[in-house]
Amino acid sequence: MLEINALRKVYGGHGRQVEALGDITLTVEDGQFVCVVGPSGCGKTTLLRCLGGLLAPTSGEVKVAGQTVTGPPDGLAIVFQEYGRSLFPWLRVAENIELPLKSKGVGRAERRKLVSESLSAVGLGDAGKAYPWQLSGGMQQRVAIARAIAFQPKVMLMDEPFAAVDAQTRADLEDLVRTVWQRFGMTMLFVTHDIDEAVYLGERVVMLSSSPTHVLESLDIDLSAERDQLKTRSEARFVELRSHVYARIQEAKGAAAR
Amino acid sequence: MTRVLGRAGLLLGLPVVLLVTWWFASAGSKSFYQPPLETIVKVFPDTWTGARFKSDVFPSLIRLFIGYGLAVALGIALGVLIGANRRLRALVEPLLEFLRAIPPPVLVPILILIAGIGNPTKVLVIVIGGIWPVLLNTVEGVRGVDEVLADTCRSYRIGGWLRLRTFILRAASPQIVVGARQALSISIIMMVIGELLGATNGLGYTVVEFQRGFQIPEMWSGVFVLGLLGVLLSLAFTLVERRVLSWYHGARAAERSGH
Repeated sequence: MLEINALRKVYGGHGRQVEALGDITLTVEDGQFVCVVGPSGCGKTTLLRCLGGLLAPTSGEVKVAGQTVTGPPDGLAIVFQEYGRSLFPWLRVAENIELPLKSKGVGRAERRKLVSESLSAVGLGDAGKAYPWQLSGGMQQRVAIARAIAFQPKVMLMDEPFAAVDAQTRADLEDLVRTVWQRFGMTMLFVTHDIDEAVYLGERVVMLSSSPTHVLESLDIDLSAERDQLKTRSEARFVELRSHVYARIQEAKGAAAR
Repeated sequence: MTRVLGRAGLLLGLPVVLLVTWWFASAGSKSFYQPPLETIVKVFPDTWTGARFKSDVFPSLIRLFIGYGLAVALGIALGVLIGANRRLRALVEPLLEFLRAIPPPVLVPILILIAGIGNPTKVLVIVIGGIWPVLLNTVEGVRGVDEVLADTCRSYRIGGWLRLRTFILRAASPQIVVGARQALSISIIMMVIGELLGATNGLGYTVVEFQRGFQIPEMWSGVFVLGLLGVLLSLAFTLVERRVLSWYHGARAAERSGH
């Protein structure tokens, strides 16, 4: 579904070249939930923007459903970290969700159905008439997720979506994302700097090195499909996987410092 | 209720005090050029209702609305174009700085030379004065649209007219409104200036005619009409602004309360 081949991105300018992505090769199967973790400043956001067609790579290529990405690809939705800035403050919640559908050419009745379905899928069934700024941060991010769901993407990219919400809300939203993924079956690429979150959410965790970034390791998460904040996180296997990922990321940081 | 009264008191307090002071200070004034306020008020109804409303106030208003409307529409259109295009902006910005530095009244005689003294010139005078604040504020507003929202539009493939209407114009609207408000007061000034030179009707023309005919109380009443016009239009503007920018004020208030 998602193929990344020898992706490289160098930012130039003012006589200084910064190699953000060194050489990334990665394949995500159809319907898989993959979490990408890496030390801070390792170019996770750059990677995601390249995948979303918002940024042109220096070399290498990205394919979504077999098509090489040159601009924002069909059937791909992004949930940004900055929920406060990714919703249109002059549109009501329902209108925010509806806008991409309008541009896609979905008919009015179908739009209305998708909006109400996606709102109830994120537990905001009655918030359609509110403005985004009338909602809490966690609820705003739910709206952004609902907008992505309503778009019916085959691939959903999430860029540290819960980095700015409090711990309680974060746990709820993590479970919500799992539920949404299980229910709608899209391919999910979830970028985070939180190791626990990555192991808890993913079927596979991809660890990135410091920049110039390459893939350190791709680890299958052999936990049961039903995850629970308390039970899963206290399982011996979870702790093992978590420690492994933690050690690799520390290694990567150490390598960068040397 | 007391709050409404309090606000009305703040709004009207000073004007009322000034008018009362003027009324008593000018009562019994024998000066030809500074007649008692009572006299001015007495001539007001006869001067401005009936025939003169139709022959002078109405044409002025029509010119003002057309001129102001064109200034706002052109300012927004050009502003969006320039604001959205970095190359074009670099190209025209020095020119815009030069053009806006020219006091628009200076251009009135030139416009009369080129376009005559008809209505088109008077409308053009208003447009030339009013377009700058709208244009420059729109450029700034369009330039400053949020990058995350721009990315959101791109990734959801919201483009063309839908993007312009639901993203660019709305995102820039707080700044466009600031420009439009400045343009409104400038337009009223330009309307009067346009009617001072080579006009045969209109508010500005009438005030000058009264002065030339030594109808001093009538002249003063004309100044009142212009002041009232300004206040009424500003009130109307505020009402429109409240509707257009309700989301903006709401979001700002939510931000302040640490939402």
